[in-house]
Amino acid sequence: MDLRLDRISHSYGPVEVLSDISLDIPAGEILCIIGPSGCGKSTLLRLIGGLERADAGRVLQLGTPPPDCLNPLTYIFQDFALLPWRSVRGNVSLALEDHALTASRKAEIITDVLVRTGLADFADAVPKQLSGGMKQRTAIARALAVNPAVLLMDEPLSALDAQTRELLIDDLVALWSRQRFTGVYITHNLGEAVRLGHRIAVLSRRPGRVREVIEIGTALDSRTLGDPDLDAIQRKLWHMMRDEAAAADRELA
Amino acid sequence: MVQHRSRDVPFRGGGFRPARIRGVGLAVFVVLIALAEWGTRAGWISPLTLPRPSDVLAIFGELLATGRFWDHMVPSLTRLAVGSALGVSTGVAVGVAIGLFSYVRAGLIPLVAALFPIPKIALLPLFVIWFGIDEGSKYALIALGTFTPTVVATYGAVDNVDRTLIRMGQSFGLTWRSIVTKIVLPGALPGILSGLRVSLAIGIILLVAAEMLGAEFGIGAFILQAGSLYDLERLFAGVVILSALGVATSAAIGALERRLLSWRS
Ligand SMILES: Nc1ncnc2c1ncn2[C@@H]1O[C@H](COP(=O)(O)OP(=O)(O)O)[C@@H](O)[C@H]1O
Ligand SMILES: [Mg+2]
Repeated sequence: MDLRLDRISHSYGPVEVLSDISLDIPAGEILCIIGPSGCGKSTLLRLIGGLERADAGRVLQLGTPPPDCLNPLTYIFQDFALLPWRSVRGNVSLALEDHALTASRKAEIITDVLVRTGLADFADAVPKQLSGGMKQRTAIARALAVNPAVLLMDEPLSALDAQTRELLIDDLVALWSRQRFTGVYITHNLGEAVRLGHRIAVLSRRPGRVREVIEIGTALDSRTLGDPDLDAIQRKLWHMMRDEAAAADRELA
Repeated sequence: MVQHRSRDVPFRGGGFRPARIRGVGLAVFVVLIALAEWGTRAGWISPLTLPRPSDVLAIFGELLATGRFWDHMVPSLTRLAVGSALGVSTGVAVGVAIGLFSYVRAGLIPLVAALFPIPKIALLPLFVIWFGIDEGSKYALIALGTFTPTVVATYGAVDNVDRTLIRMGQSFGLTWRSIVTKIVLPGALPGILSGLRVSLAIGIILLVAAEMLGAEFGIGAFILQAGSLYDLERLFAGVVILSALGVATSAAIGALERRLLSWRS
C-alpha cells in the first residue's frame, strides 16, 4: 500500500502551519521528514494517520493493505505513550484486544514481537522499571504486533540519550531489513535522517513547505556511523536548513 | 605556585523532602493523652475543663460490657456505608459523564457548583419531609454530601488523564468503550481515590449531624445525649470514636492506593 499526500495545507486559527505539501510514500521505503522545530512536522504526521483532518488537500491510500494487517497506519510516539499501569506484555496486548483473534493467536503474536525487539525477558516489567530505550522498544513491539502497512514515527528517538539512540537506530534497520515496512520518520536530527531515510524531505520553517526531497542510494544496512558519503549528505542538509532553523528559532510561537 | 587555603564545599541541598517516619504520629497522641491524665490527676487541669483519659477509657469498658457500644456503632456504620456508597457511586458516574460528554459537562457543572456550597445539614428538614424521619433522610443527607465532592474530584481526574494516551488508543483503532475502560478510568483512578478521602470525611461529619436530629441510636445521638447532660467523659468517648473512624477510613484508602496505584512512579 502506498500513500500519497496531495496538496495538503493546514492552519490552527490564524496560524498557517502547513502549506501545499505533496509527497509520495511508496511501499517498503522509509521517508524521513526534517525541518526546523515548529514547522508542522508533527501536525503533518497526525494528518497522515487520520488523527486530524487537513483544512485542504487529501491523504490518499493507494491500494489495499495486506489482509493480515490489523491497523494499517500505526504510530510510534516520541514520549512512548505506554500505559503505566500495564506490563510490557499488557501494553502490547492492548493493541490486539479489540480484534477478533483467539487467545492463543494473541499470545503467539505477543511472544513474536517481544522476541523481535529483545524484550522477551522483560514481558512482566512495568514501564516505571524500564529505561527509556526499553520503553521505546515496548512501543515498537506494540506497533509491530498489529502488523502495520505504514509505521508513522514522530521523533521516536528524541527522548533518548545518544548511545541508546544509536542502538535503536540499529534495531530499526534490522527490523526493516527483516520485513520491509513502509515508514514515515519525523526527526530534527540529521544524523538519524541519513541513517534511516531512503528519501529525505526537507521542510521550510512555518508554514512548512517541501523545499527539497533528497534520495540516498546506499542500502540501509550498509550505512554506518561516520560514513563519509552520509556525512557529506548531512552537511548538505544542514547547509539547507541552517538559515531556516536560525530564523525559526527567533520566531514567536 | 600560589598557596590556596582548602575547605569543603558547603552542603546546601538539604530539606524539602518529606520522608515517611513511623511512630511519630502515635508518640504525639501518647504524649498529649499522658499530659491530660497527669494534669487532671495532679489537679492543674480542673475536671470541668477536660475529662480524665482513664475515665474516658472506663466509659469504653462499660459500653462494651453492656453491649451499648455496638447498639450505637452498628446503625452509624450502616448509615455511613449506605449513604456514602450511594453518593460516591453516583458521584463517580456523573463525574465520568461530565469528563466524557460536552453536553453533560455544560449542563451539570453549574448545577454541581450550585449544590456544592450549600451546607447539607440545612437541608435535613427538607429531607425528613421527602424521605421520612427514619433512615431514608439520613442516607439522603450523607449521599448528597459525598456526591458533590466526588463529582468534582472525578471530572477533574478525567480531565487530567494524559491526552497522548487517549490519542495512542485512537491511533490503534481501539473502540470508544476500550478507551474509556482501559485508558480513561485507570488514568483517573488516582484523582478519584484522593477525592474519596475528602468525601468520606464529609460523610462522617454529616452522619453525626443527621444523628443529632432525630435518632435514638448512633454515635451522633450518643454525643448529643452526653452533651446535654454535660457528661464530658461520655462526650469525649464519642469524639474518640469519630476520630478513630476518620483515621480508619483514611488508612483504608491509603491501603487501597498502595494496592491499586503501585504503578505510579
Ligand atoms: N493542536 C494545536 N492547536 C493550535 N496550534 C497548534 C496545535 N498543534 C500544533 N500547533 C502549532 O502548530 C505549529 C507546528 O507544530 P508542530 O506540528 O508540533 O511542529 P513540529 O513538530 O515541526 O515542531 C506550532 O507553531 C504549534 O504551536
Ligand atoms: Mg513535533
